[in-house]
Amino acid sequence: MKAGVIVFPGSNCDRDVAVVLEAVTGSAPAMVWHGDHDLPELDLIVLPGGFSYGDYLRCGAMSAKSPIMREVVKAAEAGTAVLGICNGFQVLTEAGLLPGALMRNRDLNFICKDVWLRVEDCASRFTLGYEDEQRILVPIAHHDGNYYADDATLERLEGEGQVLFRYVDEQGEASKAANPNGSRNNIAGILNADGNVLGMMPHPERMAEAALGGTDGRVLFESLLDTLS
Amino acid sequence: MSLYHPETSAEIVAEHGLAPDEYEKAVAIMGRAPNLLELGIFSVMWSEHCSYKSSKLWLKTLPTEGPQVIQGPGENAGVVDIGDGQAAIFKIESHNHPSFIEPYQGAATGVGGILRDVFTMGARPVANLNALRFGAPDHPRTKHLVKGVVAGIGGYGNCVGVPTVGGEINFHPAYNGNCLVNAMTVGLADTDKIFYSAASQIGVPVVYVGSKTGRDGIHGATMASTEFDEDSEEKRPTVQVGDPFTEKLLIEACLELMATDAILAIQDMGAAGLTSSSFEMASKGGTGVVLELDKVPMREAGMTPYELMLSESQERMLMTLKPGREPEAQAIMEKWGLDFAVVGTITDTGRMQLKWDGETVGDLPIDPLALASPEYDRPHVATPAQPAVTLPESQDLLSDLATLIASPDLCSRRWVWEQYDHMVMGDTIQRPGGDAAVVRVHGSQKGLAMSVDCSPRYCLADPQSGGAQAVAEGFRNLSAVGAKPLAVTNNLNFGNPQKPEIMGQLVGAVQGMGEACKALDMPVVSGNVSLYNETEGQAILPTPVIGSLGLMADIDRMATVALKRDGDTLVVIGQSQGHLGQSLYARECHGLEAGPAPAIDLQRERATGDFVRGLIEEGLVDTCHDVSDGGLLVAVAEMAIAGDKGVAIVSAETSTAFWYGEEQARYVVALPDAAVVQERAKAAGIPVHILARVEGDAITLPSGQIVATRDLRSKFEGGLPTLLA
Repeated sequence: MKAGVIVFPGSNCDRDVAVVLEAVTGSAPAMVWHGDHDLPELDLIVLPGGFSYGDYLRCGAMSAKSPIMREVVKAAEAGTAVLGICNGFQVLTEAGLLPGALMRNRDLNFICKDVWLRVEDCASRFTLGYEDEQRILVPIAHHDGNYYADDATLERLEGEGQVLFRYVDEQGEASKAANPNGSRNNIAGILNADGNVLGMMPHPERMAEAALGGTDGRVLFESLLDTLS
Repeated sequence: MSLYHPETSAEIVAEHGLAPDEYEKAVAIMGRAPNLLELGIFSVMWSEHCSYKSSKLWLKTLPTEGPQVIQGPGENAGVVDIGDGQAAIFKIESHNHPSFIEPYQGAATGVGGILRDVFTMGARPVANLNALRFGAPDHPRTKHLVKGVVAGIGGYGNCVGVPTVGGEINFHPAYNGNCLVNAMTVGLADTDKIFYSAASQIGVPVVYVGSKTGRDGIHGATMASTEFDEDSEEKRPTVQVGDPFTEKLLIEACLELMATDAILAIQDMGAAGLTSSSFEMASKGGTGVVLELDKVPMREAGMTPYELMLSESQERMLMTLKPGREPEAQAIMEKWGLDFAVVGTITDTGRMQLKWDGETVGDLPIDPLALASPEYDRPHVATPAQPAVTLPESQDLLSDLATLIASPDLCSRRWVWEQYDHMVMGDTIQRPGGDAAVVRVHGSQKGLAMSVDCSPRYCLADPQSGGAQAVAEGFRNLSAVGAKPLAVTNNLNFGNPQKPEIMGQLVGAVQGMGEACKALDMPVVSGNVSLYNETEGQAILPTPVIGSLGLMADIDRMATVALKRDGDTLVVIGQSQGHLGQSLYARECHGLEAGPAPAIDLQRERATGDFVRGLIEEGLVDTCHDVSDGGLLVAVAEMAIAGDKGVAIVSAETSTAFWYGEEQARYVVALPDAAVVQERAKAAGIPVHILARVEGDAITLPSGQIVATRDLRSKFEGGLPTLLA
């Protein structure tokens, strides 16, 4: 599997995800500068976390207009796997690759903590290594992760099985108390209709090593390796 | 010769914060009356903030050397050797005055400034910490300040992508009129790629990179060198505005340029901006400098040389380059969207010559101004010894425990650190909430442990032992996770040094600190002084904060405070004597801030710490907590809460003083086989005492009294959110 990480000005989880990709795939991913006009041949494109363009205007709004994003959109439409983490998820919604928007957290504060997620579908290329409805522990670190979509979109996402991760409590219930940021339907991550683009607010790359608190996030990268190699 | 230049007057000199005798000295150095631009430069260079005129004499007494020290005080940050050709670069700095006036931007730019101090030297910043002090929780301003400062620290640190891994917060009415925001950054560099600020080569270009210069922060350093009064609100425009996005770009651009060999010397523009950075570079290099101020990138039209020299706009750097390397440097800066301008040349004149469109607008001698800044031996009186205090026995140890653990200074800081990204960069091995944070040296098994500490109430009662205690507590926090203490950075926060009793606090604290640093082999490698933390005559508690740094060889041999196994035995290591003076028990349960501070025995401190660290390094102990604020029972409860375990107390000790006394040099460890610790302690001559066994889900006393761990947790976790709701 050949992976690439898009580096925007202000990305700050680009190295973190590159470290995990290298550990899982055995080779360092291509680091692709936002101003480039060409993408190398890739099986997986990662839009990393961070504060691209300082979150100015709206989170992800300026990055979505970067030259490289035209190529990312083309690749996504051609079926290449795309993973947007945190700010990457915000960029994907701004670029129109995923529906909905990420608004300011319900309590208005930045939140950095481990949260429980439920894997809603383990048939996707991102989640093959998990079990259905498996509860996993992954950190969030964001100020704007409050997922919003209108009723019709929400219904479609739920109906088509595009909600891949949901915030749950320790018992696996998608309760209000387990919802850290006010996201509709406790949504933490969604797929596009074709199933090749995933946006998620939690950071799987931060839970890919026991010394950092767990390995639940690593499984996502291993799943991609299994499907894309 | 007229005493004043036509552009100035006695009034304007006074507005610039220069005392009449200081102004006379300035005239003597110049050989003429300085014009307004030159006066502005004298004013900031000789401000307390930049010149350390009240503290210099005493700072010189601190130990600053050791085999581990690569660079001590005097550069942008201190540098210590961590082996394998690597160095840790770190410093702490205050942003107290601006944070009180405008908490979000004040705190944010504090973080930005200390980050620049560290990456200026060639280090990639890997961790931020902060030490915060606020007024009484019920003071009308406290909530606003806490929320603003925490949001500001998070807003800046989260965006630049450097984890904020640790810190401390105290609340006390003495900070009602002056909050303290001390920010520390730790960075990593290769020992052969460390950059310094001395511009010693003649004829090389002086280059400005980063953000454009605006009109913000003019006279920030002067503002930070006076007391507050009722008009302090009007000083809001002196607070700078931070742009963490630009800082992130500046970090990446500087590190990319540093990977080449184009840079000769580099200095960030912090307090007093272009003035102090260019002065320091030329002064340290023994050279002179010509600055063409019209070439400085400007945010708005119509800016004057005076404004350009005194602006404290953020995210700017000054450097000298090898001649001919400008295009390469410019290309890197432009790739990152940053301004780049050649603004001057290093000369051999020993003077700073300021030009505007080719015309000289200012001309000052560098060394006389930079090095001959005032140094005062201010009168000081020692703080009188506090009489002993006697307290009644606790009527109910566990209900007092619940009171203590929910109190503002002891309750969980989760509300704060969950607003900081403490995991970005993927090397946070020990997260906030323990004794020290541990950040892995990227790509290795080594870990850097770090902590910030001060107990201001001890310092008020006894500055000397309080100063020593801050160092000792740093030493303990590092030892408690298994790290070997290497060095410290200090942030001395005090009131008005022109008052002999305040100056006495400073002198005592520095003396105590120096003794402890010597005894514990933790030299001071960098630091900052913040004075005039007073409002309408009310000074803060003396707050000499210590930021300490340690190294562990193997992060798999690390201890945390959380209890891990049922059946483990809890053992207190060190002598318990029951010292209740200045304890939180006295304050929180009896409303008494009284008595002497706990005594500091540095030999005992060192022996106990070395013993505990040895147990962790050998893999015998993985659960450890130092005993500090609140005493033994609080330490045990914190361990139970962190591990979600219960504890059955087996010790026959029942006195209040035993459980809530705050004598120093003690640790609680938990392990399956206590005998091995008892034997070794006996051999080492260190007292140990069996406290408890890990079992169940509650803390139980031999008397049968019981409190559920989850009930304690809800009090512990509910403390701050309740105070700030």
